[in-house]
Amino acid sequence: MNLLRSRFVQAVLILVIAFVVLRFGIRPAAPWSVLTLYMSIVLLAVLVFVSSDSDSWRDFVRPIRALVVDPDQRVGLLVFLIVLPLLLGYYAYTQAAAKPQAPPELRAVHPAPPASIQFRGKEIQIAGLDNPLRKDQASFKRHVAAGAEIYIRNCVYCHGDNLDGKGHFAHGFNPPPANFQDPGTIAMLQEAFLFWRIAKGGPGLPKESTPWNSVMPAWEDRLTEEQTWQVIMYLYDATGQHPRRWEEGH
Amino acid sequence: MRRRAWTALAVVALLTLLPALPALAQDAAKEPAYRAFPLIGSRLAVWAVAQLHLNFAAFILGVPIFAVIIEIIGWRTGDARYDWLSHEFVKLTFAAFSTTALLGALLLFLFVAYYPKFWTYMTSIFFPTYWVYALLFFAETFTVYVWYYGWDWLSGPRKGIHVGLGVLSNLFGTAILLVANSWVTFMISPAGIDESGALKGSVWAAINNFTWMPINIHRLIANIVFGGTIAAAYAAFRFLGAKTDEERARYDWMGYIGNFVALSAFIVLPFAGYYLGREIYAFNQTMGITMMGGFMSWLWIIQAILIGVLFIGSNYYLWLGMERIPGSERYRRYVPIMIGILAFGFMVWATPRSMVITLDEARAMGGTHHPVLGFLGVMSAKNTAVNMMILTTFLSFVLYRRANRISTKSWVATGMMIQWAALGLAAAVVVFYGVYGYFVESLVRIGFSVYQVLAVLAAIVVVMAIDIPMFRGARSTGTIRWGTIAPRSQYVLILLAVTFTWLMGLMGFARSGIRQHWHVYGVMRDNSVDAVTPAIGYAANMITTVTIAFFALVMFIFWLGGLGEKGRAGESGHAPTPVFAGGSDAGSTDESRGGRSPRRS
Repeated sequence: MNLLRSRFVQAVLILVIAFVVLRFGIRPAAPWSVLTLYMSIVLLAVLVFVSSDSDSWRDFVRPIRALVVDPDQRVGLLVFLIVLPLLLGYYAYTQAAAKPQAPPELRAVHPAPPASIQFRGKEIQIAGLDNPLRKDQASFKRHVAAGAEIYIRNCVYCHGDNLDGKGHFAHGFNPPPANFQDPGTIAMLQEAFLFWRIAKGGPGLPKESTPWNSVMPAWEDRLTEEQTWQVIMYLYDATGQHPRRWEEGH
Repeated sequence: MRRRAWTALAVVALLTLLPALPALAQDAAKEPAYRAFPLIGSRLAVWAVAQLHLNFAAFILGVPIFAVIIEIIGWRTGDARYDWLSHEFVKLTFAAFSTTALLGALLLFLFVAYYPKFWTYMTSIFFPTYWVYALLFFAETFTVYVWYYGWDWLSGPRKGIHVGLGVLSNLFGTAILLVANSWVTFMISPAGIDESGALKGSVWAAINNFTWMPINIHRLIANIVFGGTIAAAYAAFRFLGAKTDEERARYDWMGYIGNFVALSAFIVLPFAGYYLGREIYAFNQTMGITMMGGFMSWLWIIQAILIGVLFIGSNYYLWLGMERIPGSERYRRYVPIMIGILAFGFMVWATPRSMVITLDEARAMGGTHHPVLGFLGVMSAKNTAVNMMILTTFLSFVLYRRANRISTKSWVATGMMIQWAALGLAAAVVVFYGVYGYFVESLVRIGFSVYQVLAVLAAIVVVMAIDIPMFRGARSTGTIRWGTIAPRSQYVLILLAVTFTWLMGLMGFARSGIRQHWHVYGVMRDNSVDAVTPAIGYAANMITTVTIAFFALVMFIFWLGGLGEKGRAGESGHAPTPVFAGGSDAGSTDESRGGRSPRRS
């Protein structure tokens, strides 16, 4: 129990427990980049904890100091001086060694839509645009049904029959197709944003933040304006999400 | 004298240039739209000088705001230490005054010489404001001169006039900020112009554009934080180099006040930033998405890390400071809990929505968004985290404030209970709306942030409204041993100043970068060779370089200021340096934590 009173042991324990929880307690496993970020924060917090008063700091430093200057700890120091470079070397190796996969990518959350687009020669203002089919509430079910048919004919192969981005072709793509069930995708966007993404697809993405690596086709030549709005209505209806409304300007 | 000469030179240079601007603008119309600055190119030259100018400007506008408040406290309480501290702060401002003006003039030269068409256009819109700016600059300069040099002359019964001058210099300084902000914000969210970009009616419409007021508020608060951190870093520098206990005590106190000012303003800064972000979205959705979800989205992860460091650093400094307060031991047990909340909040805030992942990780996650951690990447979680961190920081301050005091009031138990209930209720409201935000549409969720902010602010008001009377006339458990704080705390103060300066540069890049390939968004395209928006890594390197240059200049200027002091050995400027505790009990009271004089305690 005395061992547990040592600040140094407490600090090491906190770090180990945090690592175990963050590495194995989250399913699916957190990406390595996020785990590194979390552990850096935990390390910072632990250092603040052990040094937030002088007694605690002295207690924390004592075993480290003893390892370095105490002649009785010579064996421990020797082990430490061998193990530490080996660990660092191993880490350097894991970072430098070639891996049979593409390196991690840093992607932006959403591409920024243009203010207006040309859709089959017609200029459509994206900013402030609402789905025109929603004005006709009497035909809502008809539009959704039509949208469902369009989705199954064209979109299901990538975005999946559950609209979760797990279609037949999904495993061939990096990044994977969008998961519409995720509250962080279409629920955060206005329908006009979806109209632009469907109409212009990957080729219509903005130049900044490239490469987007999107394989989304431009559906402008295959779907009419009405069909595009219908499939958008289906996406929201089937997932139970609500499109984001436009904020009122000043 | 040397400072006065430099400032006068800068003012004269600026005013000489001003009448020539229309002529320069006419000439510019015949000239190429751009010229290339040697070696580094025009954009980097403007970037570096603009960032440096803004750093210095923020400092000289921010510091006088709290300097005059401290002077008023000293005046009303009769405590000479506050008067000394206020003078020290103004001295720092004064040292940086001429450098700010020179950098401003240099920035103007760069615009006129290297971006003549752009400057011609801006002049066509804002020329009347140039005169206002120059007149305000004149007024500000002379008011600050009289304020600084008249410290002794306007003391005693004339102190009220002196304080009035301090207030006036702040009003002029704020007005300068508002004018300059109108130019900058017009470039982001132009208003009051027709389709060709020409001014339609009054210049006021161009000034009062979408982002003008949000930036005015955001910059004003940020300037106070920045001024506080730089002043605290200066005090830390002096503390670490101090030769005597008395000197250490004095600069320990100065560092504490600087950090206190910075922390107080920092607590409300995220709210002002959120307001600005909303206004940018309201002005232009594309611009808003570019900033928050588009290619600048990763910048906010860096911002989260820096703000996390600021929160943890500020709290750490307070906890270290409690060591010099007898009786603070009873609050030690709260520290691990507060660290836990801050660390968890930091983790939530820094969690990216779209993560850096390998293909294998993406497949394991079933997409680019993590099914669990992805929930931490949206604003509901971020707002909850930052509000909890603000509440925790406030709690740290409250504990520090009462560390060596025991209330003698009969209603202390009830008071404490209400205080804890207010904090608990605010935390519950923050968490409730944070969780509920996942079940409502985006527009409703955005509105929830207002409730969260109001809950936190209400808790702060309630706790302080009880705390102040509850600890008035409290029994002391011992006086603060100024100067005995652990030296590592002083490195924390320096770290906070560097972090905040870096953060300012980063946010400045975000504000400017969202215009992308436009000088004036949607009105005047950037057709220069530098029209490409730089990647975040490139921008980070640039901002870091300028931040280093800023601190090198600051150190040089403070060193110059120190030379003046050495030449007047035995003097401290306007008045005898007050005596501080310095490890003893002399003169040390708890007023520095509440702004009360020893006579009133």
